[in-house]
Amino acid sequence: MDVLSSLMDGFATALTPMNLLYALIGVILGTAVGVLPGIGPAMTVALLLPVATVLEPTSAFIMFAGIYYGGMFGGSTTSILLNTPGESSSVITAIEGNLMAKAGRAAQALATAAIGSFVAGAIGTSLLVVFAPIVVQFAVSLGAPSYFAIMVLALLAVTAVLGTSKLRGFASLGLGLAIGLVGLDFVSGQARLTFGLPLLSDGLDVVVIAVAIFAVGEALWVAAHLRRTPLQIIPVGRPWMGKEDWKRSWKPWLRGTALGFPFGALPAGGAEIPTFLSYVTEKRLSKHPEEFGKGAIEGVAGPEAANNAAAAGTLTPMLALGLPTNATAAVMLAAFTQFGIQPGPLLFQNEGPLVWALIASLFIGNFLLLLVNLPLAPVWAKLLRLPRPYLYAGILFFATLGAYSVNLQAFDLMLLLVLGALGFMMRRYGLPVLPLILGVILGPRLEKQLRQALQLSAGDVSGLWNEPIAVVVYIIVALVLLWPLAARLWRARRPRTGGLVMAGGPAVDGPAAGPAAAPSVESPAVEGPAVEAPADRGPEAGHRRADATHANHGQEKS
Amino acid sequence: MTSLASRLKGRSELGVAALLGAVGALVLIDAARLVVPYSQSDPVGPKALPMIVGGLLLICAVLLAVNVLRGGSGEAEAGEDVDLTHPSDWKTVLPLAGAFIANILLIDWAGWVISGTVLFWGSVWALGSRHYVRDGLISLALALLTFYGFYLGLGIALPAGLLEGIL
Repeated sequence: MDVLSSLMDGFATALTPMNLLYALIGVILGTAVGVLPGIGPAMTVALLLPVATVLEPTSAFIMFAGIYYGGMFGGSTTSILLNTPGESSSVITAIEGNLMAKAGRAAQALATAAIGSFVAGAIGTSLLVVFAPIVVQFAVSLGAPSYFAIMVLALLAVTAVLGTSKLRGFASLGLGLAIGLVGLDFVSGQARLTFGLPLLSDGLDVVVIAVAIFAVGEALWVAAHLRRTPLQIIPVGRPWMGKEDWKRSWKPWLRGTALGFPFGALPAGGAEIPTFLSYVTEKRLSKHPEEFGKGAIEGVAGPEAANNAAAAGTLTPMLALGLPTNATAAVMLAAFTQFGIQPGPLLFQNEGPLVWALIASLFIGNFLLLLVNLPLAPVWAKLLRLPRPYLYAGILFFATLGAYSVNLQAFDLMLLLVLGALGFMMRRYGLPVLPLILGVILGPRLEKQLRQALQLSAGDVSGLWNEPIAVVVYIIVALVLLWPLAARLWRARRPRTGGLVMAGGPAVDGPAAGPAAAPSVESPAVEGPAVEAPADRGPEAGHRRADATHANHGQEKS
Repeated sequence: MTSLASRLKGRSELGVAALLGAVGALVLIDAARLVVPYSQSDPVGPKALPMIVGGLLLICAVLLAVNVLRGGSGEAEAGEDVDLTHPSDWKTVLPLAGAFIANILLIDWAGWVISGTVLFWGSVWALGSRHYVRDGLISLALALLTFYGFYLGLGIALPAGLLEGIL
């Protein structure tokens, strides 16, 4: 009951006209940046940080929440209307979504994505309301050793589980931690990595780092490889769904939500794995398996719901533990610090009204998104035609403005360029950016917990595992690190198990699957356990054929 | 058989390993000069984490170099507007970086309205637009709007520079 009344208070705060306006601004801005290539919600929140400091923290976070959810909505529009998903979480949606659009069912694809996102967002946010306080209750009893362990887990999991190359993930993490070291040591007051520059002694501003890596790096990278031929954008009217579409969509929505939320809430979170699992599940359960590969609505409904539920799930560790697991959550966490708010389990206690208003605004934003986006889809589609020189020049312009307005010093712009070049290099050589951002943001907090933990034990190393939770977490860390090894052994012993292997490593079982092992977009089709009939009907675009390779024949579900 | 030169060809990714190594070494050297006073209240000291991070970077540098020499390579990031079939187009990137640097040099002296105009106009030009007049007008409008927007709306006074007194 206590939770409910707090939530009602949250709604009362979030529903004031001013905050409602910020929610609307956030939702529209979020969808726009989600639709636009080259710019995403994390970058937008980072750009708005300096501007938002003049707002009430509550209003600022209500706006950020709108941007966060809006970005997910916008991303699906792009991946359905263009066959080139911008974010890894919408790769799966693009597979069937784009095929539906090509078959003249863009309106239905957009509708099932939008309504599915709404359903998943509503359920996911409700689960957040239920679980966050439970996690907090459990978390307030934890001490520094457990926190240290949990942060180590989050960093390692994000680095080792997501992305294609662990080595490059760790390289990126190392760079992030090194950037996080710059500045005065908070205990001894000694300068670290400042090279005698007084401007560096306060450390690098998170806004500058995030804007440099996300915005400047991206703009430079796209500029180097700008597509000169215009993209094929499928024209679309107002999204709508027929009775049959509803009937085929509602179950995938619910199943997608059930898959998405827990994965989002785990420290290794991410939306790639649940969207992929949802795709595989829907393909197996579908009554129209022959449509997969030609634009099956279930293949859009499930993954989109999973994507949004994962987004809601991610907020659970972010709000309850102060632990971000995706880029937007990481930047929002930086925003808390910017406002002088200490993230962590005490957040609900110390900043209760703010947190509950934020959660209430998630419900509101989710509803606004549905209201705004169903009629506006054609407008968003037009946004995709924005001339690219203006788009990328605009990103650079606002990146500069945002980074400069933090401290009004040209020095920050130099940092912006240097770190932007780093971002460029990382994109060129396949270093994932998320571990870097998490390293920058979590690194200093990790060090603080480490020093606190050993201070309590007077330097005895066993102080790191003298709490049971810490021990449990270290065991999980070991499992995460050893998992690929174990999986490989398992597969070596039973070579013909396909099925639900992690999305990261394309599980090529033996030579039979050889030719089918192709770029990531195809892998779901390859790994999906074959449904009774091989979906070999449509002579669809070449890459669909992966589905019909003999590797899938006769393979029972594991 | 394979000479060093041929093995190095097309392995620009070794530069990444070199960068990681350099940063790692820098972190370690910087950490080495920190003084760690013995203290009951801070047994870990300011040195521990930099040492770990420096070590991690050095290990990554070595492993990455080995990986690249054995033929591994990172996957370049794809995107809506990214066409990876052609090589990096430095004729676009360098002018773009030039516009960015021009802004850094101009912003404190000439002020945001001028430097921002230069930045946007230069970037649009570098990215391939050739509507000189229209782009110029858009650039100026953007710079002016943000200048007044920040001043009136947010109370942040961007530098007026040369136009001090006019704006």
